[in-house]
Amino acid sequence: MSQRILEVADLKKHFPIRGGLFGTTVGNVYAVDGVSFHIDKGETLSLVGESGCGKSTVGKAVLRLFPLTAGRVVLNGTRIDDMPSGTLRPLRRQMQVVFQDPFSSLNPRMRVKDILAEPIRNFGLAKGGADMDRRVAELMDKVRLPRDAVHRWPHEFSGGQRQRIGIARALAADPDLIVCDEAVSALDVSVKAQIVNLLQDLQSELGLAMLFISHDLAIVEHMTHRVAVMYLGKIVEVADRRTLFGQPRHPYTEALLSAVPVPVPGAARERVVLQGDVPSPIKPPPGCRFHTRCPYAFDRCRVEEPPLADTGGGHLAACHLNDRPAAANPLLNKAPPTAFRAA
Amino acid sequence: MDNRPVLLDVENLQTHFRTMDGVNRAVDGVSFSVRSGETLAIVGESGCGKSVTAMSILRLIPEPPGKIAGAIRFGGRDLLKLSDREMRQIRGNEISMIFQEPMTSLNPVLTVGRQIGETLRLHQGMSAGKAEERAVEMLRLVGIPEPGRRVREYPHQLSGGMRQRVMIAIALACNPKLLIADEPTTALDVTIQAQILDLMRDLKTSVGAAIVLITHDLGVVAEVAERVVVMYAGKKVEEAPVGELFRRPKHPYTQGLLGSVPRLGSSLTGETTRLAEIPGLVPSLKQKIPGCVFASRCPKATDFCVAVAPALEPKAPAHVAACHYAEKEAA
Repeated sequence: MSQRILEVADLKKHFPIRGGLFGTTVGNVYAVDGVSFHIDKGETLSLVGESGCGKSTVGKAVLRLFPLTAGRVVLNGTRIDDMPSGTLRPLRRQMQVVFQDPFSSLNPRMRVKDILAEPIRNFGLAKGGADMDRRVAELMDKVRLPRDAVHRWPHEFSGGQRQRIGIARALAADPDLIVCDEAVSALDVSVKAQIVNLLQDLQSELGLAMLFISHDLAIVEHMTHRVAVMYLGKIVEVADRRTLFGQPRHPYTEALLSAVPVPVPGAARERVVLQGDVPSPIKPPPGCRFHTRCPYAFDRCRVEEPPLADTGGGHLAACHLNDRPAAANPLLNKAPPTAFRAA
Repeated sequence: MDNRPVLLDVENLQTHFRTMDGVNRAVDGVSFSVRSGETLAIVGESGCGKSVTAMSILRLIPEPPGKIAGAIRFGGRDLLKLSDREMRQIRGNEISMIFQEPMTSLNPVLTVGRQIGETLRLHQGMSAGKAEERAVEMLRLVGIPEPGRRVREYPHQLSGGMRQRVMIAIALACNPKLLIADEPTTALDVTIQAQILDLMRDLKTSVGAAIVLITHDLGVVAEVAERVVVMYAGKKVEEAPVGELFRRPKHPYTQGLLGSVPRLGSSLTGETTRLAEIPGLVPSLKQKIPGCVFASRCPKATDFCVAVAPALEPKAPAHVAACHYAEKEAA
């Protein structure tokens, strides 16, 4: 049994909408509405979904960047969701974050050296100036940047190099968990490959647990161990990568996978094009949240919300279709959306 | 062989910008042509000059600091020799453009109906009432439900996908011969992207406009393009029909680009667990590079590459690449 780094149970985050004359709460944005998952040491769990599905909110909630509405977050065996911020502060060392935009997430008025030294100093990890310099130099080695670049300013670096600095800063605190919030989305194709490879190397080197939040399914498939698919504030499917990409058991996952354009001209595969847009998280639809766009929806979906249930072998999916015998389940009776052949 | 007439012919396009620290050669001698009804994709990473190429065709580059040289022939005329007034009659009428960011390229204080009608009133002298009727028709064409109501709405009332549909409606309102789409789906979610790509394919057959698609997404290229131009550091390094380019890329940059994208389904086929990297960075465009622009990052580069720039040469039928060593790679 590997070591459990993070356990999240029934996490909820609702943002109140204030309006009217006295700024009273007139409604809620149900950004995250009951999400549970766990991540083990050395494991990557990816959260995928479209914009507005709540995946970034989950990341921020895990990091306790805002108070939670409900739920339980356990980091390394310690419950942190209801902890006062003073008590939590030293524990923050264990979880660090890499943000999407390498241009706005580094302070332009700090040299690289100071950017990297800040977390080390905050958590009192260095014993004196020489130790600090050694640690900073090691961090530069880890992210494959030249050591003498520590005296330079963020603007002197390219996007990919800045993202390396962002990763080095996250590693500075010697964390157990790194939350990567769209960490490679803003990068160019060739640079993206460099950063993805770096993250994979660092994970196997340091045994990091990673929560990888992304909308890029091809990258996710390439580097993750397990995947959780989110839709409108809920997880609709969780499985290890081969299972999820090979045989999705939720219609949304199927549609999402089939919508990804593949770099194979004339690739023949079945495509499910979803109609319409994601409904508003202020007033999520009753029953299954996906029924308004689901090509297979039937009466039960409109009234009864399907639970996230095990369909076998730890493959969780929230869809009524999985109650049917396999022969009558439309999801199981066609080629998976990732199985395509070049024409 | 393709015998559709050539609609747009760009020859030795050079768009340079004067900056404080030297001349930036954003586009440096690019030539290509587009036939009627064809979809040509221009791919490359940020800073390769693909968007500047698009803006140059419509002469949307401010001069100075920009300077466009070369020839852009469209319908028998060189667009670079036209007066501003003549150019205005072409923009949004014969050639129109879709931009990446649907939120910032629509005017927030005008209804979408006004914005679609604007080009019609300007170019075709339609009355306001007639233009609105046509706007409703266009919204229906691009698949917006309840077009009669939506036409009176403002951009903020629409979702990202619907705004991009409105952009497409504006671009197509005057039945252009050429549509330039600069990263039309980059800002959109995958399921919405699939909708928009489907729409563009349908409209291409129904409207018959040629499309120049500017993108960095090789998946999008594979899905919609017929022919592909690969750009790197302001130069065209390779051009081929789409199937040929993906199956037999000749230029090391194209090969690197294709190798660095993970493929969906990779976990099932058990492909390698490591992505190919292109080491290093795009060179600065402010210094003139005497040799091959890709030499500093190329695994096959020799001293010869650093010294002498390779010319674009045919490597296979309808397939050109600018690499000294590409022929040796031919199977």
